[in-house]
Amino acid sequence: MVDLSINCGGIKSPNPFWLASAPPTNSAYQVCKSFEAGWGGAVWKTIGEPVMNVVNRYGSMDYNGQKIIGLNNIELISDRPIEINLKEIAETKKLWPDRAVIASLMVESKRETWHDIVKRTIDTGCDGIELNYGCPHGMSERGMGSAVGQVPEYCAMITEWVTEVSSIPVLVKLTPNISDIRFPGRAAKKGNADGISLINTINTIMGVDLDTFELNPSVDGKGGHGGYAGPAVKPIALNMVSQIASDPEINLPISAIGGISTWRDALEFILLGASSVQVCTAVMHYGFRIIEDMTEGLTHWMEEKNYRRLDEVRGRSLACISDFGNLNLLYKAVARIDESKCIQCNLCYIACNDAAHQCIDLLPHNGKHQPKVRESDCVGCRLCFIVCPVDQCISMARIDGGSETLTWNELMKQMPQPVTWEALRQFQHKHGIEIH
Amino acid sequence: MKNVAPKLTTEEYESNFAEIHPPFSPNSAVAEANRCLYCFDSPCMKACPTHIDISTFIKKIASGNLKGSAKTIMSSNWIALTCAKACPVDELCEGACVYNQRGEDPIQIGRLQRYAMDWYVDRGMPELFTPAPKNGRTVGVIGAGPAGLSCAAELSLMGYGVTIYEAKNEPGGLDTFGIAPYKMKRQDSLNEAKIVERLGVKIKTGVSVGVDISIDDLSRKHDAVFLGVGLKTPTALRISGENLPGVHDALRFVEEVTSRNWSSVQVGKRVAVIGAGNTAIDAVTEAKRLGAEEVMIIYRRSKEEMSAYEFEYELAKSDGVVFHFLTVPTRILGSSHVEALECVRIRPAASGNGENRALEVIPHSEFQIPVDMVIKAVGQTPEQSFFSQIQNLTLSKGNVWVDPETYQTSNPKFFAGGDCINGGKEVVNAAADGKKAARGIDHCLTRLTS
Repeated sequence: MVDLSINCGGIKSPNPFWLASAPPTNSAYQVCKSFEAGWGGAVWKTIGEPVMNVVNRYGSMDYNGQKIIGLNNIELISDRPIEINLKEIAETKKLWPDRAVIASLMVESKRETWHDIVKRTIDTGCDGIELNYGCPHGMSERGMGSAVGQVPEYCAMITEWVTEVSSIPVLVKLTPNISDIRFPGRAAKKGNADGISLINTINTIMGVDLDTFELNPSVDGKGGHGGYAGPAVKPIALNMVSQIASDPEINLPISAIGGISTWRDALEFILLGASSVQVCTAVMHYGFRIIEDMTEGLTHWMEEKNYRRLDEVRGRSLACISDFGNLNLLYKAVARIDESKCIQCNLCYIACNDAAHQCIDLLPHNGKHQPKVRESDCVGCRLCFIVCPVDQCISMARIDGGSETLTWNELMKQMPQPVTWEALRQFQHKHGIEIH
Repeated sequence: MKNVAPKLTTEEYESNFAEIHPPFSPNSAVAEANRCLYCFDSPCMKACPTHIDISTFIKKIASGNLKGSAKTIMSSNWIALTCAKACPVDELCEGACVYNQRGEDPIQIGRLQRYAMDWYVDRGMPELFTPAPKNGRTVGVIGAGPAGLSCAAELSLMGYGVTIYEAKNEPGGLDTFGIAPYKMKRQDSLNEAKIVERLGVKIKTGVSVGVDISIDDLSRKHDAVFLGVGLKTPTALRISGENLPGVHDALRFVEEVTSRNWSSVQVGKRVAVIGAGNTAIDAVTEAKRLGAEEVMIIYRRSKEEMSAYEFEYELAKSDGVVFHFLTVPTRILGSSHVEALECVRIRPAASGNGENRALEVIPHSEFQIPVDMVIKAVGQTPEQSFFSQIQNLTLSKGNVWVDPETYQTSNPKFFAGGDCINGGKEVVNAAADGKKAARGIDHCLTRLTS
């Protein structure tokens, strides 16, 4: 029997799927509806300072006919008064005791103000607090959101103000709009956070209208950068989550956010160390109902792999992350085309010929042209494998035998320093590596 | 006609003749265009007789460069709108799409081409090509069908002065008068002629060469003459009763229907179409859509041997057409008008095989089918009386013989393409012929002087 329940820094939920602090968690109506659908938790839309929104808040990145591979927004934190939000949080928690209800907070950078809002939040009975240090627009100009997240010292200071009065777990939500995510992560640790949520949205301009020259979205002719989320940001989020997860100085539970649309996406983050995952864009596109497939798909995967609890897989891929200098230089693979599957679209040929290493030939075959790899010239770059539209038609076959391992770092210890092209050439020649 | 099919309401006619393949919406066109793999060395391009660079025009639809897309299409095919709507794409480009090999639906190339071409027409057909400066030579083109228009357009771009002589009052040939309205409208074909005219080609309609102007005069007037005259003479059944009122020629009937004056087209309650080519299918489905109650195809050979495409056959069957294979009409019966068709059943003779196998009448198999209208669709042949006016013109199996490289006929001044050289193929073949003949004409004329 699979158990999907999790504990993220002291916040427990029956499954790892939380709604991220965003429009879908704007009200008790929405959060209760999502819990009915099966969501394990919800981070309430950030409450705090008085704000007023503008019209035309979202911009979409559509690609090749696929809608919303990325979504940006210039919506602010909750535009409903603090009192109403706190009242609804309390009511919701009372109705759904087994779900995680987390309040997201953002107020001006004053100790007393933070103390006040934290105390009032704890009074709602909610399960935890998430500090919004990420909002990249609107609030940052007022010294909040990413203006805090981008300065590790502020990050540590405000986290400390919160944790010194909080009796419930505190998560710090980081902005990705920074050169090294580990610094604000360490600052959160220093401020005694119980966990880290990441990533918040990425600074983006979604597009320019070629007729009006205005930005998309446009607010009466004007626009600006917004926060980008959705499937397209997932690889960025995976990297940042892995950085936080592998940093020995941080060592905090992670609530991962960034382009999670399916159980598969969620699992990738869990394998990189996440305890819970947060979802927004996919819900904005399709509604709360996507949770059914998420929990079911994850359960089926666990059953198939014989896992009972997510703890058994959490962080399992972190061991596979390494610096470039520790990758095996003697691992060699070449592309092989399964001619029985090939449809002769010849995309592999043109990609290899124009953009890679010219090692695929087109040979006449039944009035068409069959691509064929010249293995002796194939450098194993994998571009053809990527462009091939047919499942399992091109494979990367290992040809090095697997007995020898030598990394760049090890090689540099063997070679005179600074290393010369000639020394490298000799090494390559010895191992049958030809650079054309 | 004794039993005329009752007239339908306007709504019924419009619904019966609504387009089978409606246009894409902008979103669906982009989605479909993006499904294209953009193959290198793409098989669809090879399968198209005019070799349109299909994956390139499709990628331009995806990027929103519709003008560029139309230009890519027309730089290979001047009859692009008709081809988009009337080409047997299953047999050509779409049939060659690599998606078929993956067991998936091919890219809807015809509909995408139509999308780009509709866009171009809707925007008033802006200029895309600049003809070379006039080279002082002129070419006369006989027939403003797809072969003639295509040849004229190519020649005009090369700098030739081109005049098309068209016997009918409107250009386009069978594209205008011979394609079922649920595939395309006359206006589509007329727009194509307009595109060609804008390249500087003069189209003289209502001019019948051999009647209004002699072949010799035309030949003297121009440096070369292109024959794109198609097939004019309907093949006769040579059975009694063929001249009874109620016996119609398929192309005439189809032409009447393309006028879209549905209620003015007389159609019988029970209609028999003789023949099983694509024109026969057009005629029989149109008769049904005009309100005929019983429609049937009478064909002397088997289902496997009919020249109609599979999708045409499926269309006819879904219209409720009854097929009588291995059936030969022997007499059309009736006193003052068609009343019945007498047929015999035939079977393959014991010996022989394939197309050439002998057929024999099954003894005592005569039977009569009561019908009110008979439509003959057993093919057309070139107008021999016309060709006999051209000196030294060699015919091959009744069609005009041409050099396969240059499309030059046995009379060096004359070139030919389209149905009059191939006995009746697709619009796209005529378009390809016209284009290649233009190059042949240019080659021969420049070779003569250089």
